[in-house]
Parts: sequence; structure tokens; C-alpha cells
Amino acid sequence: MSGFSVTEPSNRQKWIAGLLVITYAMVTILPLLWIIATGFKSPEDAIAYPPKVVFEPSVEGYVNLFTSRTRITSSMEDTLAPPETWYEEVARDAGTTIVGPSRYGQRFLNSVVIGFGSTFLAIVFGTSAAYAFSRFKVPLKDDLLFFILSTRMMPPIAVAIPMFLMFRELGLNDTKLGMILLYTAVNLSLSVWLLKGFIDEIPFEYEEAALIDGYTRFQAFYKVVLPQAATGIASTAIFCLIFAWNEYAFAVLLTSGNAQTAPPFIPTIIGVGGQDWPAVAAGATIFLIPVMIFTILLRKHLLRGITFGAVRK
Amino acid sequence: MSGNPIDRVAQATPPAIAKKVRGLSDRAIAWLFVGPSIVLLLAVNIFPLIWTINLSFTNFKANRLRDVEYIGTRNYERILTDADTWNSMQATAHFLFWTIFFQVLIGFTLAYLINKKFKGNDMWTTIIVLPMMLSPAVVGNFWTFLYQPQIGLFNYVIEFFSGVDSSSFSMIGDVNLAPWSIVIVDTWMWTPFVMLICLAGLRSIPDSIYEAAECDRASKWRQFWTLTIPMALPFLMLAVLFRGIENFKMFDLVVQLTGGGPGSLTTLTSIDLKREAFEKWRTGYASAYAVILFVTVFGLASIYVKALNKVKER
Repeated sequence: MSGFSVTEPSNRQKWIAGLLVITYAMVTILPLLWIIATGFKSPEDAIAYPPKVVFEPSVEGYVNLFTSRTRITSSMEDTLAPPETWYEEVARDAGTTIVGPSRYGQRFLNSVVIGFGSTFLAIVFGTSAAYAFSRFKVPLKDDLLFFILSTRMMPPIAVAIPMFLMFRELGLNDTKLGMILLYTAVNLSLSVWLLKGFIDEIPFEYEEAALIDGYTRFQAFYKVVLPQAATGIASTAIFCLIFAWNEYAFAVLLTSGNAQTAPPFIPTIIGVGGQDWPAVAAGATIFLIPVMIFTILLRKHLLRGITFGAVRK
Repeated sequence: MSGNPIDRVAQATPPAIAKKVRGLSDRAIAWLFVGPSIVLLLAVNIFPLIWTINLSFTNFKANRLRDVEYIGTRNYERILTDADTWNSMQATAHFLFWTIFFQVLIGFTLAYLINKKFKGNDMWTTIIVLPMMLSPAVVGNFWTFLYQPQIGLFNYVIEFFSGVDSSSFSMIGDVNLAPWSIVIVDTWMWTPFVMLICLAGLRSIPDSIYEAAECDRASKWRQFWTLTIPMALPFLMLAVLFRGIENFKMFDLVVQLTGGGPGSLTTLTSIDLKREAFEKWRTGYASAYAVILFVTVFGLASIYVKALNKVKER
């Protein structure tokens, strides 16, 4: 083979392409970096003009995020005991004293419970259904893609109307169980079709051999198919988790005090005279970082996940 | 042959193997494995859909206990003659058209450039992809900060490059700019989605085709328009389908960004629907609205998928 190929871009082309893509990447990542940076700014720095790129880091945003505080005057300050903890000290410096924890911790925990609960169920139901659909020939193959899409075509608000009434009848409004069931169902269409794709790629011969060796079909499923599908199951699980983690419309309509997750809560974090941006940014940072890490881990299966398995690369 | 699909499914297993399988029969396994999913999907997808259709013919209000009357198609007539509906449809159409336009343009360009396989393209692709995986509500809320006059980073960047005073304009408060403010954020967020699908399309084109074109002395420009574009078209169309459906349903990002304002300029259909259902509590009316939206998106998508399949067959 000669070293020259007509399809290989020239070095100059690569250079220009690289430069343009890197420029775009820098611009597109800027808002995300700004969120992280704002979380470490003092309230004054956060709203400075021109916007501050270099600033003295402060944890006030994080303290404000996790606590509720009350304003104190200098005369009151003398009557208070000296601050015992570093976070109380931060609050005192801002002219406030901590009166208790904020609701952020609990909202975050709700997100974790509902996210993992619904992901677990969507994977258990999804894997078994996908196995059955993959191994026993399914009659609706040609309309597959369209069928998948149709369950997701309803605007969430449209689904929320009957769900709200149904949950009210069953006492599931504003409960974690209700949200777990709802997200499980929404994720099921994704998990079934993604997993079917992954299981389709496992050669049937492995199981055939196991079946002939005297395994029951169930044994063949969990001793042969499941280990082979492990990567696929893991990436499907992460997609389900990200969906439940990010979901807003159902959460804002069907939950309020008890089962509310973080996405409807974070925008409601307010300070004096409007949103407390460092605290909002701190809350957003803690909430978004796990998804960023998952995205990096998932990059090989990303395309598959976002297109419901329609594009596999 | 029995009628239900699961029985047919189980019978499709090669009999030679089926005979040797110990334990539960294939039919039992199929039921056991598919059953829970079907029950859940019926309960959370199909049943509510039927309920919504039923409610759409009533004057039911979920916040009031009173006798529910069937009022025929009056809800539908009201919705289709209401100016608010058409305003929100118009806002949605503007949003749909321009987001898809920019995302296809930028997304395809990026994919084309990344496909030049420069060093480190994988890492930069991953960075570009990040925004689309994040919570639209949380990110949308933060964008209102970036869009603030004077102190907002977005306004400052505009001032830096164009000299327009950053305190002189408000992206989400101005009637001329607000419809574009949501287009910008959606494009920022979802361009990577189109890019990824286009990239898969470009990578699926075999090198040998270009080599053949080169032998025929086709210019690069000609190769691009007669080979690259047609071969990537099915992927591009798929990306447009996904974005179209997603943005037709758009709620979280826009509600956090503009709340539908100023006035009702960025009140997309989902936001309008939410107001009817959960603020005015006109449940019957909103159900009819939901049915209309579903039929619209389902109808448009069906036509589109037919066109997509035709392109694929070529």
C-alpha cells in the first residue's frame, strides 16, 4: 500500500478543521465553566461589571445553598456566641446567622432515590422484555422505530393531566413511589429498545449450546446472556438515570413539598432581591457534575442512547 | 395458530431446540419477561391516553367537584377558534424552524470538520457534547443570568465584540429579541445532537466511493454535493425528526428561560397547555388541546417518516 490516499485530508485541512472545532468547543463550554466559577464567587463578584474572570474564591454560595439564614444587625451580633463552625463564620461575615439547613439536601436526596429507583426497575423490566423480543421473533419489526417514537411523542404536559388525576385517586401525588413508577414507564421504551439492540448483537449460538447442554432457558438467560450484555446494560442504565435526573415537567407538576426533585427546586433558590446566583450556581454545579462524568464515561454509546438505538455507528 | 403475539413469538423458536429446553416453556418465559413491561406501559401510557380522549369531550375541571357533562366537540371548536392557540402555534413554528435550521447548519459543519480526523478530535467531540446531556431546566435557569443586561456574560460578550452597550438590551425582556433568546439556548444545547448523528452518517460513507470519484476526476465541490450530502441525508433527516419532535414538546428549557413572555411571545404550545391544565384548571379543555397536539405531531411525523424511508431506499 502506498502512503498516499485520496481520501485522507491534507495536513493543512486537518489544521483548519481542528482550529475551528476547538474554537467552537471553547465557546460552547463557556456557560458551563461560568456556572462552576459563579458558585465560587461572592455575591458582589457574581454581579460585577465587567464580569469577573479572576476573583477571590468564596464558599459563601455553597454555605447559602445548604443553609437557611437570617440577617443580623451589629447590635445583635454582640449578643450571639462566637461562631463555632467554619460555615457559621462564613455566614457571620456576610452579616447573617445560620438558623437551620436548607431544603437542597433533601431535594438532592429525592433526585437520587427517584433516579436510582426508576433506573433499577426500568432495567429489570427492560432487560427481560428486550431478551424476549430479541430471541423470539417479533412481528412488528418494520414499524419499530416509529413505534418507539410514538410513545415519546406526547408532550409531557399532556401525559401529566391524566397522571395527575390518576395519582390523586391512588394517593400517589407528591410521593417518591409515584415518581419512580412514572419515570420507570417513561424509561421503559428507551431501555427495551436499547437493550434489544445490545442483546441482538450477542450470537444466539452461545445460548443454543447452553440450552442443548441442559440449561433451562432462564439459566441460559442469566448465565450466558446477562454477562455478555453487561456493558450494554450499564450504558442503558446510565441513560435512564440521566433522563430521570434531568426531568423537570412531571416533577414540577406532580410533586411539591415531599417528593420534589432538584431540577424544579434549584431555580427557586432566592436571596435578597432576586435569585442568589452563587447559591444557584453551587446547586447547579453539584447537580450537573455527575452527569458530565457519566457523559464522558458513556461517549462510545452516546449516539445509540440519544437515538433510541436507531443509529449504532 | 393462536392469535396473540406472545404465543406466536414463543412458537417461532426452532422446534429442534424447543424440544430439548428444560424448565419453563418458551411461552411461559415470554409472558413472564414481557408481562410487567406491558402492564406498566398500559397503565402509564395507554390508559391515560384513553382517559384524556374521554375527558376532552367534557367540561371537567380538576379543582372543582361538580357533575361532569359531556359537551361533544365544543372544546375542540373553542381551541381551534381561539387566537391564543394560534399564537402559541406560531411561536412554536418559529422556534421549530429556526432551531432546526441552525442546528443542522452548525451541526453538519462541525461533523464535517471533525471527520477530517485531526489529532484529539475525540476529546473535543466529548466536550462539545456536554451541554445536551444536562438538565434543561437547571441550565435554562442559569442562562437567564447570562442574559441579564449589564452583568450578564452573554450581553458582555456582545458588547465586547460589537460595541453595543451591554445594559441597553435584554434578550428575554425585549419583544424582538425574546423569540431569538430561546432559539440561541436551544441551539447551544442541541447542536451536538445533530452533530453526532451527522458524524455517524459521514463515517458510514465508504472511502472507495471517493476514490472512484477521484478517478473520474470529479472536483471536491462536486463530490461534496453529489456524494457526501446524498449519502448523509438519511442521517440528517433522522436528526431533524428527533429534534422536531423534541422541540414540538419543548417545555422545561423555555419555561425557565422566559416563562412564555414577554406577553405571550414565547408561549409555546406546551406552555399554553400547562396554563390551561394546571393554572386555569380547565381539564376538559386542556385534554382536547393535548389530543390535538398529539394528533398533529403524530400526523406530521408519519408523513415525515414515509419521506425518510423513501430517501433511504434510493
